[in-house]
Amino acid sequence: MASDMLAGSARTDAEISGLDALEIAGREQGPSRLRRAWAALWPKLAALALAVASWQAVVWTGWKDPWALPGPAVVFADLGDYLVSSALWDGLATTGRRAVVSFATAVAVGLVLGLAVARVKVLRAALGSMITALQTMPSIAWFPLAILLFQLSEQAIFFVVVLGAAPSVANGVIHGVDYVPPLLVRAGRNLGARGFHLYRYVIAPAALPAIVAGLKQGWAFAWRSLMAGELLVVIATRTSIGAQLTYARELSEAPRLMAIMIVILVLGLGVDAAFGAVDKAIRRRWGVLDQAGD
Amino acid sequence: MTSTRTAPRGATGAVALHGVTKVYGQGEHAVLALDGVSLDVAPGEFVCLVGASGCGKSTLLNLVAGLDRPTGGRIGLGEAHPGLMFQEPALFPWLTVEANVEVPLKLRGLPRDERKARIAELLRTVHLADFGRRRPHQLSGGMRQRVALARTLALDTPVLLMDEPFGALDAMTRDILHDELERIWSERRLTVLFVTHNVREAARLADRIVLLSSRPGRIIWSTRVEVPRPRRIDSPEIATIAAEVTDRLRTEVGRHGQ
Repeated sequence: MASDMLAGSARTDAEISGLDALEIAGREQGPSRLRRAWAALWPKLAALALAVASWQAVVWTGWKDPWALPGPAVVFADLGDYLVSSALWDGLATTGRRAVVSFATAVAVGLVLGLAVARVKVLRAALGSMITALQTMPSIAWFPLAILLFQLSEQAIFFVVVLGAAPSVANGVIHGVDYVPPLLVRAGRNLGARGFHLYRYVIAPAALPAIVAGLKQGWAFAWRSLMAGELLVVIATRTSIGAQLTYARELSEAPRLMAIMIVILVLGLGVDAAFGAVDKAIRRRWGVLDQAGD
Repeated sequence: MTSTRTAPRGATGAVALHGVTKVYGQGEHAVLALDGVSLDVAPGEFVCLVGASGCGKSTLLNLVAGLDRPTGGRIGLGEAHPGLMFQEPALFPWLTVEANVEVPLKLRGLPRDERKARIAELLRTVHLADFGRRRPHQLSGGMRQRVALARTLALDTPVLLMDEPFGALDAMTRDILHDELERIWSERRLTVLFVTHNVREAARLADRIVLLSSRPGRIIWSTRVEVPRPRRIDSPEIATIAAEVTDRLRTEVGRHGQ
């Protein structure tokens, strides 16, 4: 009898590993990393080339005078000069510092606010719809008030950027906490996670993808508000990127104006791509992203 | 209408239900889910709860697990904190297999070295020693359910509650997992309360089968399965018992059709 049991369990072992091997086989294959990167890259390059070509075509039609609408060659030449000028790097330092400080503040405010609203019923009833309403308010509409309150100062810019970005971050947190699968919460509680531990081990990691989505959206709002703020609130001693854009228009330096716009576009794209990479890494870890399908 | 979880008797693995009642909602819309369920499960006993839809099987397990409170009656577990498994593995997708098993060990405050040793031992128990670094989505359904079993075993509890844990698996995987569960149950002398609507599965695994009525859930019949182990799900003895349970179940379901 005992030897029967033993033989039985040895057979089961073989069956189990056999079944596991069969079920897992062929799951992790796909085209090489390089090939996938190229497949993702070339349509973007083609679209960019097409955009520059159309721009050149419009310039050639003579629709506007060249001092108002310069061609790509002139603008890219000016961009080259601009990239090695101290104006750009000083401007970047000022704008970058403002972006980091105000976005970090917005994230802190948004996280605390979101968590409070997600947890406390009364706060949700009171503030839930107000947060969404704040999100629909175009941030530039806050500037007159901000300038009244803080004059033409950095505080006015911070005020508007935080107001613009924090609701998105808060909404991401609320969304993330709301949509944590109840089954995972039950499993977590059964495994002994209560109170703070339930947040640490289950709710926070389960909500992370939605929180990152909220951060990404919050950043988009922050960047727009910051640029709007820098165009409006020009502080003479601090030549931010936005201020330089205003000066370029006042001095009718069209090539420089467009070079600055390209810098702003690339900066925005770069940060967006960074958020996208984090988002993708999380989704891959969570198993939400199909390995072959990206 | 009071409900209490009785005073500790030590974690022997015995489970005692006395007149457990559960009502959902209030007033006119109140639904009586469980009506005076009394059940004594001996330490080391394997009990299968069988019933049609709406018999409150899952409600009962939630109450025993302490995830919900009974409206009336008493549930005695001694000092045991029972482990609960679901039809879905409910693994944390952001953690590797090892880290999933580690969660209850961390929550119990075990030191790091001890955790590592326990994880290795538990993964060997469920034959997943080579898969510790994988993530749940890289495993098959049967493997995930075995990870969930290892994670539940990490609670070091004498009482295992299982809510149709193999319901979503194919027949072959299920057969193998029956063998596995039986082995682990006897090696660790666990008390198992296993909910299923699959009567053959119940006959294959149980020391005792308990039949629940539907709406409200009451215990209407129970039988001991005297077939010696190891058993095979396709053996004639199991088929005979399954047929009898099925007849009773059909009679109960038919009662609701009139």
